[in-house]
Amino acid sequence: MTMTTAGVIFVLSLVVALVAVYKPFGDYMYRVVSGTRQSRVERGIYRLVGVNPAAEQSWGVYARSVLAFSVVSLLFLYLLQRVQDKLWLSLGFDPVVPHGAWNTAVSFVTNTNWQSYSGESTMGHLVQMAGLAVQNFVSASVGIAVAVALVRGFSRHRTERLGNFWVDLTRITVRILLPIAVLGAFALMLGGVVQNLSGGTDVTTLTGGGQTITGGPVASQEVIKELGTNGGGFYNANSAHPFENPTSWTNWIEIFLILLIPFSLPRVFGRMVGQNRQGYAIAAVMAILALASVTLTNVFELTGHGTVPQAVGAALEGKELRFDVSNSATFAAATTLTSTGAVNSFHDSFTPLGGMMPLFNMMLGEVAPGGVGSGLYGLLILAVITVFVAGLMVGRTPEYLGKKIGAREIKFASMYFLIMPALVLIGTAAAFATGNNETALNAGPHGLSEVLYAFTSASNNNGSAFAGITVNTTWWDTALGLCMLLGRFLPIIFVLALAGSLARQQPTPASEGTLPTHRPLFVGMVTGVTVVLVALTFLPALALGPLAEGL
Amino acid sequence: MRLPSWITQHLAALRAVLVFTVLLGLAYPLAMVAVGHIPGLDGKANGSLISVDGRTVGSSLIGQSFTDADGNPIARYFQSRPSMAGDGYDPTATSASNLGPESVVDTIATDPEESSQSLLTQVCERSKAVGELDGVDGSRPFCTPDGVGAVLAVFRADGLTGAITRVVSVNQAAPATPFLADYQGVRVQLAEPGQDYVAEGGIITPIRGDAPAEPAVPADAVTASGSGLDPQISPGYAELQVNRVARERGADPAAVRRLIEANTTGRALGFMGEPAVNVLELNLALDREFPAR
Repeated sequence: MTMTTAGVIFVLSLVVALVAVYKPFGDYMYRVVSGTRQSRVERGIYRLVGVNPAAEQSWGVYARSVLAFSVVSLLFLYLLQRVQDKLWLSLGFDPVVPHGAWNTAVSFVTNTNWQSYSGESTMGHLVQMAGLAVQNFVSASVGIAVAVALVRGFSRHRTERLGNFWVDLTRITVRILLPIAVLGAFALMLGGVVQNLSGGTDVTTLTGGGQTITGGPVASQEVIKELGTNGGGFYNANSAHPFENPTSWTNWIEIFLILLIPFSLPRVFGRMVGQNRQGYAIAAVMAILALASVTLTNVFELTGHGTVPQAVGAALEGKELRFDVSNSATFAAATTLTSTGAVNSFHDSFTPLGGMMPLFNMMLGEVAPGGVGSGLYGLLILAVITVFVAGLMVGRTPEYLGKKIGAREIKFASMYFLIMPALVLIGTAAAFATGNNETALNAGPHGLSEVLYAFTSASNNNGSAFAGITVNTTWWDTALGLCMLLGRFLPIIFVLALAGSLARQQPTPASEGTLPTHRPLFVGMVTGVTVVLVALTFLPALALGPLAEGL
Repeated sequence: MRLPSWITQHLAALRAVLVFTVLLGLAYPLAMVAVGHIPGLDGKANGSLISVDGRTVGSSLIGQSFTDADGNPIARYFQSRPSMAGDGYDPTATSASNLGPESVVDTIATDPEESSQSLLTQVCERSKAVGELDGVDGSRPFCTPDGVGAVLAVFRADGLTGAITRVVSVNQAAPATPFLADYQGVRVQLAEPGQDYVAEGGIITPIRGDAPAEPAVPADAVTASGSGLDPQISPGYAELQVNRVARERGADPAAVRRLIEANTTGRALGFMGEPAVNVLELNLALDREFPAR
């Protein structure tokens, strides 16, 4: 079997597995977010936190709860890093420097998991498991909770109530993320992912040299890193490291975990609005974009254009042999189509066009299928913009799922859409204007790609890196930290505001003139609107970077 | 006294952070560490360490360098891929090269400390070295015979157009011989240390040359992995090294091939990943069966 055939079967097997779990797993998540019976563990958590699980919140209170939780998380994580030398399991590392600790705290709280540090030489085991991994869980739960709140805006009528953030956070964490994490960590350990508290084992190699075999609670963090579309590696080499991703089948599991929740959430959406076909339509848009991107990334990487790949005979620089070119390309597409940002190969050394695909995926706004929760709410925003565009064409007030998309709604949706490009383009321009682009390893178009990639990754809360750029300076840590913070929470506020505004409405009954939002026509329109909006926004920047390099 | 709502909200947030830290940050990972002590799983959870005569020699998942103190390959061992982790295969400094596909121009500075090689030159140099070690043709497309990137800076009268005025082989400095005597009728010059030919307006032109499209030295032998710890090489690269290793150890090449086969992992389930050979385990098997003379 050739590498291409094996690579195609690899992708198809993922598709089959995701299709198989869509209904059962989506239905399970639906019961989690809509159920009202609380388990004993959950009641215990509510009592400790001091909230009444039966009290529902308006959009404003919901948003303030999200922000309060995130601010406290940020401070806690910052402090933990700053005092790590005084705590258990620090492995003798110094406290993280202030700008690095700020950047990392923001990065993990915003589900970005951009890393301006090298895991194995900066973070002790306690910070990794009690700081970073905890945020891997709860930042993912926050994303799902916000998406669920938006869907409640569509499914509820004439109400201020959008659910209770603390209840959503707790139930999603305890009932969805934690059980899968336990199973997944076990599976990864079977493959050879380490799970211990060792500070490292010094060995004498065959040739008499020294080597330190690192340890750490890796499996427990690795699984939630993928499942929660976080992406922050325990080690610097992330999922390319043999202790994070030791075999070709752990690689399959990790890609599956990355895509599992984002691709199943449309089912939750369909169930909540009472029309499963609406969920299928959204899932179809995600699937079309994702398959196109995975295919193109594979084609570009396997063709191996570019001077160095041609000299080598394959685009193998920065790739592990156990994944080889095709499975690395598939991982790269999956990690940037979602907001994961974990890498099992280094995108900087991809072919020019192959390296553009991760960048393009993130510029899509990470909606195909996107991060946990953020993918669904991002795509629903695009669906809202699409019905608006369609409404303009035929000259009638647009509606989506019986809710009128008026001036107020479209304002929130457009604000949501504009934040990311503004942060990316202004950030990139600022880096060049201030000369901070000079920390990039490569010159010319590739240097622009590196800077553009960094800001795209941060503003989209992806966290993957084109890595060939030094970002642990004060300027970069601060600038990217701001992009991550604004790129995460401003959209969340607009999403919740939109949810509040939708929930207040009385539904309009569907009429002859209503655009059906479950037909192939609508699926095609949303896909088109998404691609056109991205192309209009980013083509000039792409033309100066990867396109200039690749053509 | 009732606290304002924004304060109660942040107190609830603080309590939530603490509760989740205990549950997800301590109970869950420590429980998984405990699971890692289950017999059968404990070896893997501890890093798949390999012991020989009671001495730990490494991990079956982490690659090693098989070089002497000066970094030269030890001929009786199969060689691993190039590594960018620290000084090579250092698990405390995992890294990839992060050099791009068009990294083709070396920095040749007057001070050797400031000089740096492009990815292309690194590939060419490795290919040449492997070819010499294993007695095959080390040539590759876009590489000069002396093992650097075959790249010209072409200067034209009007910038991008016009007659060619000057051609420099940017990766070759004296005392090298230019890999091309002349380019479209213009004599090719050597690069001067400290010059930046890109900034001067030279058009960077990699030259394919006449090397075979499928070089004798395999791709994994000339590229660094993502982690810098890749424990495997391709079956092709192992095959290339068979005769040398067999000769050094006075072994039958067929017997060495059998060891390669025994240490080759195929695709998982027949379609995941690519077949590859674990270098450390292969070398350990060699030391066992054919101890160095």
